[in-house]
Amino acid sequence: MKNTPFTQKHIDLGAKMAEFAGYNMPISYSSINEEHQVVRTNAGIFDVSHMGEFILKGPKALDLIQRVTSNDASKLTDGKAQYSCLPNEEGGIVDDLLVYCVEENKVYMLVVNASNIEKDWNWISKFNTEGVEMHNISEKTALLAIQGPKAVQYMQQLTDMDLVNLKYYTFAKGTFAGVENVVVSATGYTGAGGVEIYFEDKDGDAEKIWSEIFRIGGPNGLKPIGLGARDTLRLEMGFCLYGNDIDDTTSPLEAGLGWITKFSKDFTSRAIFEKQKAEGVKRKLVGIEMIDRGIPRHHHHIQDANGNEIGHVTSGTQAPSLGKAIGMAYIGKEHAAEGSEVFVMIRDKAIKAKVVKMPFA
Amino acid sequence: MQFPETLKYTKDHEWINIEGNTATVGITDFAQRELGDIVFVDIDTKGKKLAANDVFGTVEAVKTVSDLFLPLSGTITEINPALETNPEYVNQDPYNKGWMVKMTIDNPAEAGDLLDAKAYEQLVA
Repeated sequence: MKNTPFTQKHIDLGAKMAEFAGYNMPISYSSINEEHQVVRTNAGIFDVSHMGEFILKGPKALDLIQRVTSNDASKLTDGKAQYSCLPNEEGGIVDDLLVYCVEENKVYMLVVNASNIEKDWNWISKFNTEGVEMHNISEKTALLAIQGPKAVQYMQQLTDMDLVNLKYYTFAKGTFAGVENVVVSATGYTGAGGVEIYFEDKDGDAEKIWSEIFRIGGPNGLKPIGLGARDTLRLEMGFCLYGNDIDDTTSPLEAGLGWITKFSKDFTSRAIFEKQKAEGVKRKLVGIEMIDRGIPRHHHHIQDANGNEIGHVTSGTQAPSLGKAIGMAYIGKEHAAEGSEVFVMIRDKAIKAKVVKMPFA
Repeated sequence: MQFPETLKYTKDHEWINIEGNTATVGITDFAQRELGDIVFVDIDTKGKKLAANDVFGTVEAVKTVSDLFLPLSGTITEINPALETNPEYVNQDPYNKGWMVKMTIDNPAEAGDLLDAKAYEQLVA
């Protein structure tokens, strides 16, 4: 099992640890519900250094990105980022990712899921026929997410970069907590606001940044947050988790990711997606909220009132901020409209739920 | 972690308080810590006659779902009504307010297979 630069910190803090994507990661420090509330009301820090980062360089870098991703990266200018996905050739999704434009038409950074680093690298390399310089910097790159309504206010005290005015999905590079070449990005996976910071793990910089963040945030109630709360936070926002809500067999259009599927350029599976868009998809990823008592979980089947199979749950939990059980599910389009009553099969019982709008929060 | 001497324990992390032919059952301090925030205790076996080690319900934490196993053969006579609205009692007070079911015992001799506090503590140490 691999460690991040912060693994020992998590253990020293008494975190419940578990393997995730080959890394020894913190699941929770105190309680998932408490950690969730800290992020919604104040600020929390997540170690997500397990995520993968690739640098793509050269005059053909943008062409390669355009070819392999679904969103239109030509819209990006220096300092902007976008959410995108890598479609496979069958109209499914290899991975979802962030594309950062470091230098327009020259240098880009792709941030991918930890469990897919090798798969994505091989996939993108397959299309690299024009000699784009590719670097996998995942191992040496540390990534911390500081999320919550107070996160920016605390982090601003550690840098001269203007974080307060950093717009959503833009980033800056500069000195942070005395460490040079830190990328601060106004992105995140919680819907609570805040930043994500990328830096090279060298010469004790990880230690320095971690302790500086706690020096400022700690007295104000900033807490470390584990992957458990990261999941409940993203689920309340209706953000997809690769491997649960999207995978090699789901189309971005089914998953409600039409907004990152742009037909202004050519890319893998474009024709399949255009056809789906014209004809409409047969199933949709929707939010569900339980009416009767029960918690939807990954793989639960979904039936209609007559006991016909109409879909399955991809993610579910008791939502800490909402006090109700929610989930995401693929449901046949006839039953996917908001307000539609469906039945989640939980331990051989049909438990009533309804289709709702996302985000849930 | 606490493991009261007056209780018996199972390898599946239930505790049982035997009082003559009846008993009260819940999950241990160790179990609630492992599960984390408990958000739903789903038991619908009231009135059912079950064998030892049968599933009598399910406990759901935020991220995990775990079956509940009956320590002894018998009939479930009562389900803790407080857990309907306050499942967190299982985290806060697993041996008292967080009790799960009461039962009648079919075969008191089965109790010989249960662990005492010391043996259970060794198991989870």
